[in-house]
Amino acid sequence: MAINSVWVFSQAAGGAPTTGTLELLTKARSLTSNVVAFVGGDASAIAGVLGEYGATKVYATGDLAGKLPGPAVSAAMKAIIDGGDSPSVILFPQNYEGRDTMSRLSVKLNRTVLTNNIDIADSADGVVATTPIFGGNSLVTAAFTGEGPHLVSFRPKSFAAESASGAAAAVVAAPVPELGSTGTAKVLAVHLEESSGPKLDEAAVVVSGGRGLGEASSYSLVEDLAKLLKGAPGASRAIVDAGWVPYSYQVGQTGKVVKPAVYIAAGISGATQHMVGMKGSKTIIAINKDKEAPIFGVADLGIVGDVHKVLPQLIELLKSRG
Amino acid sequence: MNIVVCVKQIPDPATPGALDGSTHALKRDGKLILDESDGYGVEMALQLVTTAGSGEVSIVSMAPNGEMSGMRTALAMGAAKGVLVSDPALAGSDALTTAKVLAAAIQKMGAADLIIAATESSDGYTGTVPEQIAEVLGLPSVTFAKKVEISNGVLKADRQSEAGYDEVECPLPALISVTAGVVEPRYPSFKGIMAAKAKPIETFTASDLGVSPAGWAGAGQKIVSVVQAEARQAGEVIEDDGTAFNKIVSFLENLKVI
Repeated sequence: MAINSVWVFSQAAGGAPTTGTLELLTKARSLTSNVVAFVGGDASAIAGVLGEYGATKVYATGDLAGKLPGPAVSAAMKAIIDGGDSPSVILFPQNYEGRDTMSRLSVKLNRTVLTNNIDIADSADGVVATTPIFGGNSLVTAAFTGEGPHLVSFRPKSFAAESASGAAAAVVAAPVPELGSTGTAKVLAVHLEESSGPKLDEAAVVVSGGRGLGEASSYSLVEDLAKLLKGAPGASRAIVDAGWVPYSYQVGQTGKVVKPAVYIAAGISGATQHMVGMKGSKTIIAINKDKEAPIFGVADLGIVGDVHKVLPQLIELLKSRG
Repeated sequence: MNIVVCVKQIPDPATPGALDGSTHALKRDGKLILDESDGYGVEMALQLVTTAGSGEVSIVSMAPNGEMSGMRTALAMGAAKGVLVSDPALAGSDALTTAKVLAAAIQKMGAADLIIAATESSDGYTGTVPEQIAEVLGLPSVTFAKKVEISNGVLKADRQSEAGYDEVECPLPALISVTAGVVEPRYPSFKGIMAAKAKPIETFTASDLGVSPAGWAGAGQKIVSVVQAEARQAGEVIEDDGTAFNKIVSFLENLKVI
């Protein structure tokens, strides 16, 4: 079936569309000229940029007034679809709000979902999406066999965001209908975990630490090195689960996907879960005691050694160079 | 406080995964274990029931082949009873069908104040089932909860967000998905393991629950190809002789990072 129109679940942060939104809009406009950005919130300030990246129309729910986006935005989408404007495909980011909204909508529309994808195409098999499995060693392509709208989610950085120099998109109201009991969860307060320096998923250099650091206090070595290289500190799931660093530091399948110019893995063995999140890095440097560690299979430079010796020496030398 | 925890029994992640040659589905024919991600939900449920002072923790799972060994682990931790939906016709079900089946089983188990799930399984990681169950049951939900408290019938949770976390309040009954690390799962004691053998696990088929099994045909999706991804080549690996840091610095210089 041909793709006639595509909706993109669109998000904003700090008054601008998120990079993930712009990535999906860029991909959407390669599938059809009929691209709609669907915003859970007020869109007046971001309609210009959404249009620039290819949206020809913006549906906006208006302020959600503390309601969680999952039930609210999915209900607004369902109302527009019931009203007769039904897209061929809806693209979601593989993140908290994207997953919740897609899940709720899949029940409302009785449609299957394809998640964790890195590509989508309109092919002889119908609409197909591709997802990496086994730590990215295999690529599985699946086709939707039923009726649209097809619900698909994508890992961050699956596509490069490129401006189309499009005109600002017209904003059309997509009000949230009465939600009943599903809408009773309320956000009381929003907490931002401030971090200085570049964001983990945008930094040119990422230094991540793992269980090989031995104890939580050694994580400061990772932070010091990241700072000296003007990069961001990251972490494996093991030390996030152990409570050494917040979840927002996690690189991997269930954390952030990073593709920096340089990725330094310190004391990380390279579990599949972690590799999925960093294998796309341009250059990988790994330091680990165990020479059999899987991380060395993907590293451009591998150091078999103790992070407690190598990192302080490295930090000292970089500091002395100023 | 009666809590139902959704658990999944998966192939041991320590053994390499493989796909079935004809269906392209993940092979699940060996021994299945309790998904490590589910230990957090079971522990959270046990703690909440203890705090409430009454009620019990039940577990629900779906498996095509009648497998119960993973569920026994949750019972050994302290859950009181289990329900297993087992039906060969459910093999190949997509996440939506799984959610419908689990929702029907939860309804059959009686009134739950709270339903807990992991944020996603470790083998399939579709990550939609908890929120789909909430929608099927018409419940509010707090997904990605990293801290949970209940008082006077109201749940308060810190919910993970892109930039930090949100404090969310939600009336019961409700569904939550909990992140790894939310609590420290207890190890089953010997006494717990022995007791688990006698704890009841009720088994239902899809038709017992009034759900028409979708299986392969009804999944709404089919795999059209599986190919090897381009492998990344390993580079130089050296043993640290006390000077490896110099090597890293010159490597970074070549890349013009410093």
